[in-house]
Amino acid sequence: MQDLSRADLAEQVIPSLQEIQERLGYIPREAITWLADKLHLSEQEIYGVASFYNNFRFTPPGKHHLRICLGTACHVQGGDRLLAATSEKLGIKPGETTPDKRYSLERVACVGCCALAPAVVLDDEVFGRTTQRSLKRLLDTVDRKDRKAKKSGEDSQ
Amino acid sequence: MSSRKGSEQGILEIRVCRGTGCESARAFELLEVLEKEVADKGLKKKVRVKTIGCHGFCEQGPVITVEPEGLFYCQVDKKDISEIVESHLVGGKPVERLFYVDPATGKKIPKYEDIPFYKGQKKVVLRNCGEIDPSSIDEYIETGGYDGLKKALLEMKPEQVIDQILKSGLRGRGGAGFPTGLKWKFGRGSKSDKKYVVCNADEGDPGAFMDGAILVADPHAVLEGLTVAAYSIGADEGFVYVRHEYPQAVDSIKKAIIDSRKKGLLGKDILGSGFSFDLSVKEGAGAFVCGEETALMASIEGERGTPRPRPPFPTDSGLWGKPTCINNVKTLATIPIILRMGAEWFSSIGTVTSKGTAIFSLTGKVKNAGLVEVPMGTTLRHIIFDVGGGIQDDGKFKAVQTGGPSGGCLPADRLDLPVDYDSLTQAGTIMGSGGMIVMDETTCMVDVARYFLSFTQAESCGKCTPCRMGTLEMLRLLDKIKSGNGEEGDIEKLQEMAVTVKEGSLCGLGQTAPNPVLTTIRYFRDEYEAHIRDKICPAEVCKDLIKYTIVPEKCIGCGACLRICPANAITGTKNKVHVILDELCIKCGACFEVCPPTAKAVDKIPAHHGGGH
Repeated sequence: MQDLSRADLAEQVIPSLQEIQERLGYIPREAITWLADKLHLSEQEIYGVASFYNNFRFTPPGKHHLRICLGTACHVQGGDRLLAATSEKLGIKPGETTPDKRYSLERVACVGCCALAPAVVLDDEVFGRTTQRSLKRLLDTVDRKDRKAKKSGEDSQ
Repeated sequence: MSSRKGSEQGILEIRVCRGTGCESARAFELLEVLEKEVADKGLKKKVRVKTIGCHGFCEQGPVITVEPEGLFYCQVDKKDISEIVESHLVGGKPVERLFYVDPATGKKIPKYEDIPFYKGQKKVVLRNCGEIDPSSIDEYIETGGYDGLKKALLEMKPEQVIDQILKSGLRGRGGAGFPTGLKWKFGRGSKSDKKYVVCNADEGDPGAFMDGAILVADPHAVLEGLTVAAYSIGADEGFVYVRHEYPQAVDSIKKAIIDSRKKGLLGKDILGSGFSFDLSVKEGAGAFVCGEETALMASIEGERGTPRPRPPFPTDSGLWGKPTCINNVKTLATIPIILRMGAEWFSSIGTVTSKGTAIFSLTGKVKNAGLVEVPMGTTLRHIIFDVGGGIQDDGKFKAVQTGGPSGGCLPADRLDLPVDYDSLTQAGTIMGSGGMIVMDETTCMVDVARYFLSFTQAESCGKCTPCRMGTLEMLRLLDKIKSGNGEEGDIEKLQEMAVTVKEGSLCGLGQTAPNPVLTTIRYFRDEYEAHIRDKICPAEVCKDLIKYTIVPEKCIGCGACLRICPANAITGTKNKVHVILDELCIKCGACFEVCPPTAKAVDKIPAHHGGGH
């Protein structure tokens, strides 16, 4: 990358961070150091950009990533109440991960599913027309699947 | 049209909508089952299964249409697929139970063109959405796609193209409404060895999905428009800046770029015209302010997305200091049809100052939520009550919000306002990019104002103090009012601060952030006063001013509320009356939602907040 201008290198910052997060699920401290070295920028410059944008996270996500949409349509259809209930149920605030690392909870500004509000996104799958009941069922199903997977894993050992 | 082509060959085309709405209602499962059933029944020669982008009527998703008949199946479940295949595709007898039922008449309507939601619209920009397979460049070309580009590159000089766009009267669909032709003229006029064009697909307005839907449903229209823009101003490089939160849109546009390169519609010497242009996709990283053009450019350059003062305007000094022309998705998607049909045709649609059509994502408490296109000048009433079918659960209309966090809320007495740039601005809101959220009596206007302000406050980049601190102070005041601690004079304080924030901010975010607060005060002042004076939230939304209670006479002791309560705030044993413990209750309303309709025992009542004043 020696031949590239400073502008060319700077242009790589966001796409590189996106790729790191895509692969690792978050931006570890070491990755910032590594990237700074690669792009001949300071760690501060990289972190300054990374921390500006909402998409980048600096802690590992849980096994399941639950995002609750709080776009306007979702808000007027009760998205904030879904978030309150889920936050209480999982015992964590938005942006946090449960101590057992099973769930991380996030609020998202809009996933474009406004006509079927309120929407939630579980592990990249969007669910529209969410109710308190359907969300509870969704999480119960995930719990059941995980328990089953764990059990069969133990059995096969 | 591809549908007609299907009928000529006696082929039935069964189209599965995979817009974000239908997809969230598991449309992808339908597709799998459908393809398998069609193959199993040996129908492959007679039936073509096709994926389409947003058909518009998202609220009824998943949606399947059958062409050339134009039949419309709604809320299809994967269990319904075998019946559709057996009865309709094999037996020729459509499945009536999946037809749309008009709530007004109770009648089943088989064809989508007869459904009021579609009948009340005029599809110009959305003409291909739900018609063509967005992943097929050939289908786009069959419908006249890239004819506009051919015409521009091979028959017209850049100045002539700009002239056409100027004549058409097209104004920027991102919200500000700046004449597109004029922007291009400025871009053309800037002397430079290098110029850029950018498609702004950073649809940050929460509660709007038009741009995302177009990119998914008709990506080539956007590419064609962008290439024409590049030719007009003399750019050889471009970017599509698209939200990371729209993975489908990102995939769709990336595939479209690859396909058009293969056809020689992008790249070197396009169509043998000597004009070369290529572009790449930049994914946003979740910052609302990046929808603002100078912040967007900073983000493409790899910086923090903070806006900078204008002038210089991007058409003089944009990306890396070079002239840059930035247009919204809808603006660009409109260009091809203007070139094909002519400026006069386009300017015959709409009003004197706002030409063409307006696209809205109609959502909220409206019956028919979805993607809507109507001529400029159509009244709000037509959009909400004719196309939208009125208010859900036969509730009462309270307000309609346009323009997202930069816009405002209009009350019932403004329903006959024509939708165009100027009328909406006069009424205190803005046209915006196309979010239209309908609110009913269960929506608290103070809460809505607070919602938007909390959004802009969080998304303020922090560069301008009035925006950074002013929105925070306003938010604190709104929280105070919402919690029942509001005092006389708080409304006036909000208004004063709003002026400071508007005047002291560099970019559109801060300049417009107070709009939702100002319009709700202007039109719904009584609701603010009810919160402040009576400590009551009339819509029963604000948490601190309501509480949930179980009416003992109505409770059937089924335990549904107890099981769903995430806070363990409900006690009771089976078949006995249940009780909500106020001190544990987080007021999420889960109990209210799950209480059986036959019992309706959970009630929302005023919390009788003392306020202490």
